[in-house]
Amino acid sequence: MADTAGLRQDSRAAAGATAPALIAFEGFGKAFELPTGTVRAAENVNLSVAEGEFVTLVGPSGCGKSTLLNAVAGLFPASAGQVRYRGVAVDGYNRQVGYMTQSDHLLPWRDVTGNIAVPLEIQGRSRAEIRERVQALIALVGLTGFERSYPTQLSGGMRKRCALARLLAYDPETLLMDEPFGALDAQLRLGMQIEIRKLCRDLGKTVLFVTHDLDEAVALADRCAVFSARPGTIRRIVDVPLPRDRDLLRLRHDRRYVELTAELWDLLAPSIAGHADMEPGR
Amino acid sequence: MKIGRPTIWALRAALLILLVGGWELASGRVFEEFFVSKPSAIIAVAWGWVLSGRLFYHAGITITEAVAGFALGGMAGMLTGILLGRLQLLADVLDPFITMFYSLPKIALAPLFVLWFGIGMDMKIILTATVVFFLVFLNTYTGVRNVSRELVAILRLMGASERHVLTKVVLPSAVTWVFAGLRLSVPYALIGAIVGELIAANQGLGYLLADAAGQFNTAGVFAALLAIVLLALCLNLAVKAFEYRAMPWQRGQAVREMSI
Repeated sequence: MADTAGLRQDSRAAAGATAPALIAFEGFGKAFELPTGTVRAAENVNLSVAEGEFVTLVGPSGCGKSTLLNAVAGLFPASAGQVRYRGVAVDGYNRQVGYMTQSDHLLPWRDVTGNIAVPLEIQGRSRAEIRERVQALIALVGLTGFERSYPTQLSGGMRKRCALARLLAYDPETLLMDEPFGALDAQLRLGMQIEIRKLCRDLGKTVLFVTHDLDEAVALADRCAVFSARPGTIRRIVDVPLPRDRDLLRLRHDRRYVELTAELWDLLAPSIAGHADMEPGR
Repeated sequence: MKIGRPTIWALRAALLILLVGGWELASGRVFEEFFVSKPSAIIAVAWGWVLSGRLFYHAGITITEAVAGFALGGMAGMLTGILLGRLQLLADVLDPFITMFYSLPKIALAPLFVLWFGIGMDMKIILTATVVFFLVFLNTYTGVRNVSRELVAILRLMGASERHVLTKVVLPSAVTWVFAGLRLSVPYALIGAIVGELIAANQGLGYLLADAAGQFNTAGVFAALLAIVLLALCLNLAVKAFEYRAMPWQRGQAVREMSI
Protein backbone atom coordinates (compact mmCIF):
# COMPACT_ATOMS: atom_id res chain seq x y z
CA MET A 1 0.00 0.00 0.00
CA ALA A 2 2.61 2.47 1.15
CA ASP A 3 4.90 1.28 -1.61
CA THR A 4 2.48 1.86 -4.42
CA ALA A 5 1.63 5.29 -3.07
CA GLY A 6 5.31 6.13 -3.02
CA LEU A 7 5.76 4.84 -6.53
CA ARG A 8 2.86 6.86 -7.82
CA GLN A 9 4.28 10.00 -6.29
CA ASP A 10 7.65 9.39 -7.87
CA SER A 11 6.27 8.73 -11.29
CA ARG A 12 4.11 11.83 -10.99
CA ALA A 13 7.02 13.99 -9.99
CA ALA A 14 8.94 12.68 -12.96
CA ALA A 15 6.00 13.07 -15.31
CA GLY A 16 5.40 16.68 -14.27
CA ALA A 17 8.06 17.95 -16.62
CA THR A 18 7.53 15.86 -19.74
CA ALA A 19 4.02 14.34 -19.88
CA PRO A 20 1.32 16.31 -21.70
CA ALA A 21 -0.48 18.59 -19.27
CA LEU A 22 -3.91 17.61 -18.00
CA ILE A 23 -5.08 21.21 -18.18
CA ALA A 24 -3.38 23.71 -20.47
CA PHE A 25 -4.19 27.39 -20.92
CA GLU A 26 -2.64 28.55 -24.17
CA GLY A 27 -2.73 32.30 -24.61
CA PHE A 28 -6.14 32.20 -22.97
CA GLY A 29 -8.12 35.42 -22.79
CA LYS A 30 -11.71 36.23 -21.96
CA ALA A 31 -13.64 39.43 -22.43
CA PHE A 32 -17.28 40.01 -21.54
CA GLU A 33 -19.48 42.37 -23.51
CA LEU A 34 -21.57 44.26 -21.01
CA PRO A 35 -23.99 47.14 -21.69
CA THR A 36 -21.48 49.38 -19.91
CA GLY A 37 -18.62 48.30 -22.14
CA THR A 38 -16.18 45.48 -22.58
CA VAL A 39 -14.69 43.93 -19.48
CA ARG A 40 -11.42 42.11 -20.04
CA ALA A 41 -11.47 39.48 -17.32
CA ALA A 42 -8.31 37.61 -18.27
CA GLU A 43 -5.59 38.07 -20.84
CA ASN A 44 -2.76 36.00 -22.26
CA VAL A 45 -2.82 33.30 -19.61
CA ASN A 46 -0.37 30.47 -20.15
CA LEU A 47 -0.41 27.72 -17.59
CA SER A 48 -0.23 23.98 -17.69
CA VAL A 49 -1.28 21.73 -14.87
CA ALA A 50 0.01 18.17 -14.68
CA GLU A 51 -2.14 15.29 -13.52
CA GLY A 52 -2.18 14.99 -9.74
CA GLU A 53 -0.85 18.48 -9.26
CA PHE A 54 -2.28 20.97 -6.76
CA VAL A 55 -2.10 24.43 -8.32
CA THR A 56 -3.35 27.53 -6.56
CA LEU A 57 -4.24 30.78 -8.28
CA VAL A 58 -3.79 33.81 -6.08
CA GLY A 59 -4.37 37.47 -6.78
CA PRO A 60 -6.52 40.49 -5.91
CA SER A 61 -10.26 40.00 -6.14
CA GLY A 62 -11.81 40.64 -9.52
CA CYS A 63 -8.65 39.66 -11.39
CA GLY A 64 -10.27 36.92 -13.42
CA LYS A 65 -9.17 33.91 -11.43
CA SER A 66 -12.69 32.50 -11.38
CA THR A 67 -12.89 33.07 -15.13
CA LEU A 68 -10.12 30.51 -15.54
CA LEU A 69 -12.05 27.92 -13.57
CA ASN A 70 -15.21 28.63 -15.55
CA ALA A 71 -13.26 28.12 -18.76
CA VAL A 72 -11.90 24.74 -17.60
CA ALA A 73 -15.45 23.74 -16.66
CA GLY A 74 -16.53 24.76 -20.16
CA LEU A 75 -19.16 27.25 -19.05
CA PHE A 76 -18.18 29.63 -21.85
CA PRO A 77 -15.78 29.67 -24.80
CA ALA A 78 -12.48 31.55 -24.69
CA SER A 79 -12.28 34.94 -26.41
CA ALA A 80 -8.64 34.39 -27.26
CA GLY A 81 -6.39 31.35 -27.20
CA GLN A 82 -7.79 28.16 -25.78
CA VAL A 83 -8.04 25.80 -22.86
CA ARG A 84 -7.13 22.18 -23.44
CA TYR A 85 -8.13 19.33 -21.22
CA ARG A 86 -6.17 16.14 -21.87
CA GLY A 87 -5.00 17.72 -25.06
CA VAL A 88 -8.52 18.41 -26.35
CA ALA A 89 -9.89 21.95 -26.52
CA VAL A 90 -12.70 22.35 -23.94
CA ASP A 91 -16.01 22.75 -25.73
CA GLY A 92 -19.16 22.66 -23.62
CA TYR A 93 -19.58 21.23 -20.12
CA ASN A 94 -16.46 19.39 -19.05
CA ARG A 95 -17.67 16.37 -17.14
CA GLN A 96 -14.25 15.35 -15.89
CA VAL A 97 -14.22 18.23 -13.44
CA GLY A 98 -16.04 18.92 -10.22
CA TYR A 99 -16.63 22.57 -9.53
CA MET A 100 -17.01 24.09 -6.11
CA THR A 101 -17.98 27.69 -6.69
CA GLN A 102 -17.85 30.63 -4.34
CA SER A 103 -21.53 30.38 -3.56
CA ASP A 104 -22.35 26.84 -2.61
CA HIS A 105 -25.23 26.32 -5.09
CA LEU A 106 -26.92 23.67 -3.01
CA LEU A 107 -30.44 22.73 -3.99
CA PRO A 108 -32.60 24.61 -1.45
CA TRP A 109 -35.39 22.03 -1.65
CA ARG A 110 -33.15 19.16 -0.60
CA ASP A 111 -31.72 18.53 2.84
CA VAL A 112 -28.03 17.80 3.43
CA THR A 113 -28.42 14.11 2.66
CA GLY A 114 -30.42 14.83 -0.48
CA ASN A 115 -27.93 17.38 -1.75
CA ILE A 116 -24.96 15.08 -1.36
CA ALA A 117 -26.93 12.32 -3.06
CA VAL A 118 -27.62 14.34 -6.25
CA PRO A 119 -24.49 13.36 -8.21
CA LEU A 120 -24.86 9.74 -7.11
CA GLU A 121 -28.46 9.70 -8.31
CA ILE A 122 -27.31 11.11 -11.63
CA GLN A 123 -24.76 8.31 -11.88
CA GLY A 124 -27.60 5.88 -11.28
CA ARG A 125 -26.19 4.25 -8.13
CA SER A 126 -28.39 1.98 -6.05
CA ARG A 127 -30.23 3.34 -3.02
CA ALA A 128 -28.18 1.31 -0.58
CA GLU A 129 -24.93 2.47 -2.14
CA ILE A 130 -26.04 6.09 -2.09
CA ARG A 131 -27.08 5.88 1.56
CA GLU A 132 -23.79 4.35 2.59
CA ARG A 133 -21.63 6.77 0.64
CA VAL A 134 -23.59 9.84 1.76
CA GLN A 135 -23.28 8.81 5.39
CA ALA A 136 -19.53 8.37 5.08
CA LEU A 137 -19.18 11.78 3.43
CA ILE A 138 -21.33 13.51 6.06
CA ALA A 139 -19.05 12.11 8.73
CA LEU A 140 -15.99 13.17 6.74
CA VAL A 141 -17.01 16.81 6.49
CA GLY A 142 -18.34 16.88 10.04
CA LEU A 143 -22.03 17.40 9.35
CA THR A 144 -23.23 14.51 11.48
CA GLY A 145 -26.46 15.53 13.19
CA PHE A 146 -27.49 17.82 10.34
CA GLU A 147 -28.48 15.13 7.84
CA ARG A 148 -32.08 16.38 7.69
CA SER A 149 -31.35 20.11 7.71
CA TYR A 150 -32.14 22.24 4.68
CA PRO A 151 -29.51 24.66 3.34
CA THR A 152 -31.44 27.66 4.69
CA GLN A 153 -31.11 26.18 8.16
CA LEU A 154 -27.31 25.81 7.93
CA SER A 155 -24.56 28.34 8.56
CA GLY A 156 -22.35 29.48 5.68
CA GLY A 157 -19.53 27.20 6.76
CA MET A 158 -21.81 24.20 7.01
CA ARG A 159 -23.17 24.85 3.54
CA LYS A 160 -19.62 24.92 2.21
CA ARG A 161 -18.89 21.60 3.85
CA CYS A 162 -22.05 20.16 2.38
CA ALA A 163 -20.99 21.41 -1.07
CA LEU A 164 -17.57 19.83 -0.56
CA ALA A 165 -19.15 16.51 0.38
CA ARG A 166 -21.29 16.70 -2.76
CA LEU A 167 -18.19 17.40 -4.83
CA LEU A 168 -16.36 14.42 -3.34
CA ALA A 169 -19.43 12.23 -3.79
CA TYR A 170 -19.08 12.03 -7.55
CA ASP A 171 -15.35 11.68 -7.46
CA PRO A 172 -14.33 13.78 -10.47
CA GLU A 173 -10.70 13.47 -11.53
CA THR A 174 -10.14 17.21 -11.34
CA LEU A 175 -11.40 19.58 -8.68
CA LEU A 176 -11.99 23.24 -9.45
CA MET A 177 -12.32 25.18 -6.22
CA ASP A 178 -13.15 28.86 -6.05
CA GLU A 179 -12.35 30.22 -2.60
CA PRO A 180 -14.09 27.23 -1.08
CA PHE A 181 -13.03 27.98 2.48
CA GLY A 182 -13.54 31.74 2.45
CA ALA A 183 -16.58 31.63 4.71
CA LEU A 184 -15.09 29.30 7.31
CA ASP A 185 -13.64 30.25 10.66
CA ALA A 186 -9.90 29.79 11.15
CA GLN A 187 -10.00 26.40 12.89
CA LEU A 188 -12.48 24.86 10.50
CA ARG A 189 -10.59 26.27 7.58
CA LEU A 190 -7.37 24.63 8.69
CA GLY A 191 -9.23 21.38 9.24
CA MET A 192 -10.67 21.51 5.73
CA GLN A 193 -7.30 22.45 4.23
CA ILE A 194 -5.66 19.44 5.86
CA GLU A 195 -8.55 17.28 4.69
CA ILE A 196 -8.43 18.47 1.10
CA ARG A 197 -4.66 18.03 0.83
CA LYS A 198 -4.88 14.55 2.25
CA LEU A 199 -7.75 13.62 -0.05
CA CYS A 200 -5.97 14.87 -3.11
CA ARG A 201 -2.79 13.08 -2.23
CA ASP A 202 -4.55 9.80 -1.44
CA LEU A 203 -6.89 9.87 -4.41
CA GLY A 204 -4.50 11.44 -6.91
CA LYS A 205 -6.80 14.36 -7.70
CA THR A 206 -5.71 17.29 -9.77
CA VAL A 207 -6.76 20.57 -8.17
CA LEU A 208 -7.05 24.10 -9.47
CA PHE A 209 -7.68 26.21 -6.42
CA VAL A 210 -8.53 29.92 -6.46
CA THR A 211 -7.93 32.04 -3.39
CA HIS A 212 -7.08 35.62 -2.51
CA ASP A 213 -5.35 34.43 0.65
CA LEU A 214 -1.64 34.22 0.05
CA ASP A 215 -0.97 32.00 3.07
CA GLU A 216 -3.56 29.51 1.90
CA ALA A 217 -2.20 29.63 -1.64
CA VAL A 218 1.29 28.67 -0.50
CA ALA A 219 0.24 26.23 2.19
CA LEU A 220 -1.81 24.07 -0.16
CA ALA A 221 0.01 24.30 -3.46
CA ASP A 222 2.54 22.27 -5.33
CA ARG A 223 2.73 25.27 -7.60
CA CYS A 224 1.27 28.70 -7.13
CA ALA A 225 0.35 31.18 -9.89
CA VAL A 226 0.28 34.83 -8.87
CA PHE A 227 -2.11 37.08 -10.80
CA SER A 228 -2.04 40.76 -11.53
CA ALA A 229 -5.11 42.95 -11.18
CA ARG A 230 -7.61 43.05 -14.04
CA PRO A 231 -7.22 42.16 -16.83
CA GLY A 232 -5.90 39.14 -14.99
CA THR A 233 -2.74 37.63 -16.26
CA ILE A 234 -0.10 35.51 -14.57
CA ARG A 235 2.73 37.55 -13.06
CA ARG A 236 4.69 34.59 -11.87
CA ILE A 237 4.45 30.87 -11.29
CA VAL A 238 6.40 29.51 -8.33
CA ASP A 239 7.18 25.97 -7.28
CA VAL A 240 6.36 25.58 -3.63
CA PRO A 241 9.39 23.91 -2.03
CA LEU A 242 7.34 22.01 0.53
CA PRO A 243 6.95 18.22 0.64
CA ARG A 244 3.75 16.67 -0.67
CA ASP A 245 2.94 15.29 2.75
CA ARG A 246 3.60 18.58 4.53
CA ASP A 247 2.23 19.19 8.01
CA LEU A 248 -0.04 22.21 7.67
CA LEU A 249 -0.13 22.62 11.44
CA ARG A 250 3.57 23.32 11.61
CA LEU A 251 4.01 25.39 8.43
CA ARG A 252 4.44 28.62 10.34
CA HIS A 253 7.69 27.24 11.69
CA ASP A 254 8.97 26.31 8.24
CA ARG A 255 11.51 28.82 6.95
CA ARG A 256 10.81 27.98 3.30
CA TYR A 257 7.12 28.73 3.81
CA VAL A 258 7.77 31.99 5.64
CA GLU A 259 10.25 33.19 3.03
CA LEU A 260 8.06 32.27 0.08
CA THR A 261 4.96 33.98 1.45
CA ALA A 262 7.00 37.08 2.22
CA GLU A 263 8.42 37.09 -1.30
CA LEU A 264 5.02 36.63 -2.92
CA TRP A 265 3.56 39.28 -0.67
CA ASP A 266 6.02 41.80 -2.12
CA LEU A 267 4.92 40.74 -5.56
CA LEU A 268 1.22 41.09 -4.78
CA ALA A 269 1.31 44.17 -2.57
CA PRO A 270 1.87 46.72 -5.39
CA SER A 271 -1.29 45.63 -7.20
CA ILE A 272 -3.24 45.76 -3.95
CA ALA A 273 -1.85 49.22 -3.21
CA GLY A 274 -2.61 50.28 -6.79
CA HIS A 275 -6.13 49.08 -6.24
CA ALA A 276 -6.45 51.13 -3.08
CA ASP A 277 -5.18 54.26 -4.85
CA MET A 278 -7.62 53.88 -7.67
CA GLU A 279 -10.78 53.58 -5.63
CA PRO A 280 -11.00 57.06 -4.07
CA GLY A 281 -9.57 58.81 -7.11
CA ARG A 282 -12.28 57.56 -9.45
CA MET B 1 -41.97 46.03 22.64
CA LYS B 2 -43.16 42.77 21.14
CA ILE B 3 -46.86 42.03 21.33
CA GLY B 4 -47.69 38.36 21.88
CA ARG B 5 -50.06 36.28 19.78
CA PRO B 6 -52.75 35.96 22.48
CA THR B 7 -52.97 39.75 22.79
CA ILE B 8 -53.40 40.07 19.05
CA TRP B 9 -56.16 37.47 19.02
CA ALA B 10 -57.90 39.22 21.93
CA LEU B 11 -57.74 42.55 20.06
CA ARG B 12 -59.12 40.92 16.92
CA ALA B 13 -62.03 39.41 18.89
CA ALA B 14 -62.71 42.79 20.49
CA LEU B 15 -62.78 44.49 17.08
CA LEU B 16 -65.15 41.84 15.72
CA ILE B 17 -67.52 42.23 18.68
CA LEU B 18 -67.40 45.99 18.31
CA LEU B 19 -68.24 45.86 14.60
CA VAL B 20 -70.98 43.25 14.89
CA GLY B 21 -72.43 44.88 18.04
CA GLY B 22 -72.36 48.32 16.43
CA TRP B 23 -74.08 46.94 13.33
CA GLU B 24 -76.76 45.26 15.47
CA LEU B 25 -77.44 48.48 17.43
CA ALA B 26 -77.29 50.85 14.48
CA SER B 27 -79.58 48.75 12.34
CA GLY B 28 -83.13 50.16 12.44
CA ARG B 29 -81.95 53.18 14.43
CA VAL B 30 -79.30 54.87 12.27
CA PHE B 31 -79.76 52.85 9.08
CA GLU B 32 -82.85 51.40 7.45
CA GLU B 33 -82.97 47.72 8.43
CA PHE B 34 -84.30 46.83 4.97
CA PHE B 35 -80.95 47.76 3.43
CA VAL B 36 -78.41 46.65 6.01
CA SER B 37 -80.30 43.89 7.85
CA LYS B 38 -78.71 42.99 11.18
CA PRO B 39 -76.40 40.28 12.47
CA SER B 40 -79.03 38.49 14.52
CA ALA B 41 -81.35 38.25 11.50
CA ILE B 42 -78.50 37.08 9.28
CA ILE B 43 -77.52 34.35 11.74
CA ALA B 44 -81.15 33.30 11.97
CA VAL B 45 -81.43 32.95 8.19
CA ALA B 46 -78.09 31.13 7.96
CA TRP B 47 -79.10 28.80 10.79
CA GLY B 48 -82.39 28.12 9.03
CA TRP B 49 -80.43 27.15 5.90
CA VAL B 50 -78.18 24.92 7.95
CA LEU B 51 -81.20 23.13 9.51
CA SER B 52 -82.98 22.70 6.19
CA GLY B 53 -79.77 21.43 4.55
CA ARG B 54 -80.07 24.16 1.90
CA LEU B 55 -76.75 25.70 2.79
CA PHE B 56 -74.81 22.46 2.44
CA TYR B 57 -76.49 21.54 -0.79
CA HIS B 58 -75.70 24.86 -2.47
CA ALA B 59 -72.25 25.19 -0.87
CA GLY B 60 -71.50 21.66 -2.05
CA ILE B 61 -72.35 22.63 -5.62
CA THR B 62 -70.15 25.73 -5.47
CA ILE B 63 -67.28 23.83 -3.85
CA THR B 64 -67.46 21.17 -6.53
CA GLU B 65 -67.37 23.77 -9.28
CA ALA B 66 -64.57 25.79 -7.70
CA VAL B 67 -62.42 22.78 -6.82
CA ALA B 68 -62.95 21.03 -10.16
CA GLY B 69 -62.21 24.26 -12.05
CA PHE B 70 -59.24 24.94 -9.81
CA ALA B 71 -57.80 21.47 -10.36
CA LEU B 72 -58.43 21.53 -14.11
CA GLY B 73 -57.12 25.06 -14.68
CA GLY B 74 -54.24 24.56 -12.25
CA MET B 75 -53.12 21.34 -13.90
CA ALA B 76 -53.38 22.77 -17.42
CA GLY B 77 -51.62 25.96 -16.31
CA MET B 78 -48.78 24.04 -14.73
CA LEU B 79 -48.23 21.77 -17.73
CA THR B 80 -48.38 24.65 -20.21
CA GLY B 81 -46.07 26.72 -18.02
CA ILE B 82 -43.47 23.95 -17.86
CA LEU B 83 -43.75 23.26 -21.59
CA LEU B 84 -43.44 26.88 -22.70
CA GLY B 85 -40.80 27.53 -20.04
CA ARG B 86 -38.60 24.87 -21.62
CA LEU B 87 -39.43 25.57 -25.27
CA GLN B 88 -38.25 29.11 -25.93
CA LEU B 89 -39.31 29.14 -29.59
CA LEU B 90 -42.89 28.11 -28.85
CA ALA B 91 -43.06 30.67 -26.03
CA ASP B 92 -41.85 33.43 -28.37
CA VAL B 93 -44.38 32.49 -31.06
CA LEU B 94 -47.28 32.29 -28.63
CA ASP B 95 -46.37 35.35 -26.58
CA PRO B 96 -48.65 37.96 -28.22
CA PHE B 97 -51.61 35.57 -28.21
CA ILE B 98 -51.13 34.74 -24.56
CA THR B 99 -50.86 38.42 -23.69
CA MET B 100 -54.07 39.05 -25.63
CA PHE B 101 -56.00 36.39 -23.77
CA TYR B 102 -54.47 37.39 -20.49
CA SER B 103 -55.64 41.00 -20.95
CA LEU B 104 -59.19 39.84 -21.50
CA PRO B 105 -61.22 39.77 -18.27
CA LYS B 106 -61.99 36.07 -18.24
CA ILE B 107 -65.37 36.67 -16.60
CA ALA B 108 -66.44 38.38 -19.85
CA LEU B 109 -66.32 34.94 -21.45
CA ALA B 110 -69.21 33.77 -19.25
CA PRO B 111 -72.01 34.56 -21.77
CA LEU B 112 -70.08 32.71 -24.47
CA PHE B 113 -69.64 29.70 -22.21
CA VAL B 114 -73.38 29.73 -21.45
CA LEU B 115 -73.98 29.48 -25.20
CA TRP B 116 -71.46 26.67 -25.58
CA PHE B 117 -71.94 24.62 -22.44
CA GLY B 118 -75.41 25.54 -21.16
CA ILE B 119 -76.18 26.66 -17.63
CA GLY B 120 -75.15 23.48 -15.83
CA MET B 121 -72.10 22.92 -13.68
CA ASP B 122 -69.80 22.34 -16.70
CA MET B 123 -70.04 25.98 -17.64
CA LYS B 124 -68.97 27.15 -14.17
CA ILE B 125 -66.16 24.63 -14.02
CA ILE B 126 -64.82 25.75 -17.39
CA LEU B 127 -65.16 29.42 -16.49
CA THR B 128 -63.29 28.82 -13.23
CA ALA B 129 -60.64 26.76 -14.99
CA THR B 130 -60.07 29.55 -17.52
CA VAL B 131 -59.54 32.11 -14.77
CA VAL B 132 -57.22 29.85 -12.77
CA PHE B 133 -55.32 28.64 -15.83
CA PHE B 134 -53.72 31.98 -16.61
CA LEU B 135 -52.64 32.72 -13.06
CA VAL B 136 -51.03 29.32 -12.58
CA PHE B 137 -49.61 29.27 -16.10
CA LEU B 138 -47.91 32.65 -15.79
CA ASN B 139 -46.46 31.82 -12.38
CA THR B 140 -45.20 28.41 -13.49
CA TYR B 141 -43.71 29.90 -16.64
CA THR B 142 -41.91 32.59 -14.64
CA GLY B 143 -40.70 29.93 -12.21
CA VAL B 144 -39.32 27.70 -14.94
CA ARG B 145 -37.66 30.67 -16.68
CA ASN B 146 -36.11 31.83 -13.42
CA VAL B 147 -34.32 28.59 -12.69
CA SER B 148 -30.81 29.43 -11.57
CA ARG B 149 -28.46 28.88 -14.52
CA GLU B 150 -25.68 28.19 -12.07
CA LEU B 151 -27.57 25.29 -10.52
CA VAL B 152 -28.22 23.85 -13.96
CA ALA B 153 -24.53 24.25 -14.88
CA ILE B 154 -23.41 22.55 -11.66
CA LEU B 155 -25.67 19.58 -12.40
CA ARG B 156 -24.53 19.45 -16.01
CA LEU B 157 -20.95 19.16 -14.81
CA MET B 158 -22.07 16.20 -12.74
CA GLY B 159 -23.18 14.60 -15.98
CA ALA B 160 -26.91 15.33 -15.66
CA SER B 161 -29.13 14.64 -18.66
CA GLU B 162 -31.99 16.90 -19.75
CA ARG B 163 -34.34 14.69 -17.72
CA HIS B 164 -32.19 15.02 -14.60
CA VAL B 165 -32.08 18.79 -14.97
CA LEU B 166 -35.86 18.86 -15.34
CA THR B 167 -36.68 16.63 -12.38
CA LYS B 168 -33.95 17.71 -9.98
CA VAL B 169 -33.74 21.44 -10.64
CA VAL B 170 -36.38 22.92 -12.92
CA LEU B 171 -39.50 21.36 -11.43
CA PRO B 172 -38.59 21.70 -7.74
CA SER B 173 -37.51 25.31 -8.20
CA ALA B 174 -40.76 26.06 -10.04
CA VAL B 175 -42.82 24.57 -7.20
CA THR B 176 -42.54 27.75 -5.13
CA TRP B 177 -43.92 29.76 -8.03
CA VAL B 178 -46.62 27.24 -8.79
CA PHE B 179 -47.87 27.50 -5.23
CA ALA B 180 -47.78 31.27 -5.37
CA GLY B 181 -50.01 30.96 -8.45
CA LEU B 182 -52.30 28.46 -6.77
CA ARG B 183 -52.70 30.59 -3.65
CA LEU B 184 -53.43 33.61 -5.81
CA SER B 185 -56.02 31.57 -7.69
CA VAL B 186 -58.18 30.54 -4.75
CA PRO B 187 -60.28 33.71 -4.60
CA TYR B 188 -60.45 33.79 -8.39
CA ALA B 189 -61.68 30.22 -8.51
CA LEU B 190 -64.56 31.26 -6.28
CA ILE B 191 -65.19 34.34 -8.39
CA GLY B 192 -65.41 32.12 -11.46
CA ALA B 193 -67.83 29.71 -9.86
CA ILE B 194 -70.02 32.37 -8.25
CA VAL B 195 -70.15 34.76 -11.18
CA GLY B 196 -71.13 31.78 -13.31
CA GLU B 197 -73.92 31.01 -10.88
CA LEU B 198 -75.06 34.64 -10.71
CA ILE B 199 -75.35 34.78 -14.48
CA ALA B 200 -77.30 31.60 -15.01
CA ALA B 201 -77.96 28.83 -12.50
CA ASN B 202 -80.55 27.20 -10.32
CA GLN B 203 -78.14 25.97 -7.68
CA GLY B 204 -74.98 27.02 -5.82
CA LEU B 205 -74.17 29.83 -3.40
CA GLY B 206 -74.27 32.39 -6.23
CA TYR B 207 -77.81 31.30 -7.01
CA LEU B 208 -78.69 31.51 -3.30
CA LEU B 209 -77.32 35.04 -3.28
CA ALA B 210 -79.17 36.13 -6.40
CA ASP B 211 -82.36 34.42 -5.22
CA ALA B 212 -82.29 36.20 -1.84
CA ALA B 213 -81.64 39.53 -3.55
CA GLY B 214 -84.50 38.90 -5.96
CA GLN B 215 -86.84 38.51 -3.00
CA PHE B 216 -85.46 41.64 -1.28
CA ASN B 217 -84.27 39.37 1.51
CA THR B 218 -81.26 41.42 2.72
CA ALA B 219 -80.51 39.05 5.59
CA GLY B 220 -80.41 36.20 3.06
CA VAL B 221 -77.95 38.14 0.86
CA PHE B 222 -75.64 38.69 3.80
CA ALA B 223 -76.00 35.07 4.92
CA ALA B 224 -74.97 33.92 1.43
CA LEU B 225 -72.02 36.31 1.45
CA LEU B 226 -71.01 34.98 4.85
CA ALA B 227 -71.12 31.43 3.50
CA ILE B 228 -68.96 32.47 0.53
CA VAL B 229 -66.37 34.09 2.80
CA LEU B 230 -66.20 31.00 5.01
CA LEU B 231 -65.79 28.83 1.93
CA ALA B 232 -62.94 31.01 0.66
CA LEU B 233 -61.19 30.75 4.03
CA CYS B 234 -61.49 26.95 3.98
CA LEU B 235 -60.03 26.74 0.46
CA ASN B 236 -57.17 29.04 1.44
CA LEU B 237 -56.38 26.89 4.45
CA ALA B 238 -56.43 23.77 2.29
CA VAL B 239 -53.91 25.24 -0.18
CA LYS B 240 -51.70 26.42 2.69
CA ALA B 241 -51.74 22.98 4.32
CA PHE B 242 -50.88 21.39 0.96
CA GLU B 243 -48.09 23.91 0.45
CA TYR B 244 -46.69 23.21 3.90
CA ARG B 245 -46.53 19.51 3.13
CA ALA B 246 -45.11 19.95 -0.36
CA MET B 247 -42.35 22.43 0.50
CA PRO B 248 -40.74 21.40 3.78
CA TRP B 249 -37.68 23.56 3.02
CA GLN B 250 -39.81 26.70 3.17
CA ARG B 251 -41.00 26.11 6.73
CA GLY B 252 -38.32 28.13 8.45
CA GLN B 253 -38.92 30.95 5.99
CA ALA B 254 -42.55 31.70 6.83
CA VAL B 255 -41.65 34.26 9.47
CA ARG B 256 -38.91 35.90 7.41
CA GLU B 257 -41.06 36.10 4.30
CA MET B 258 -43.49 38.46 6.03
CA SER B 259 -40.88 40.95 7.22
CA ILE B 260 -39.85 43.67 4.82
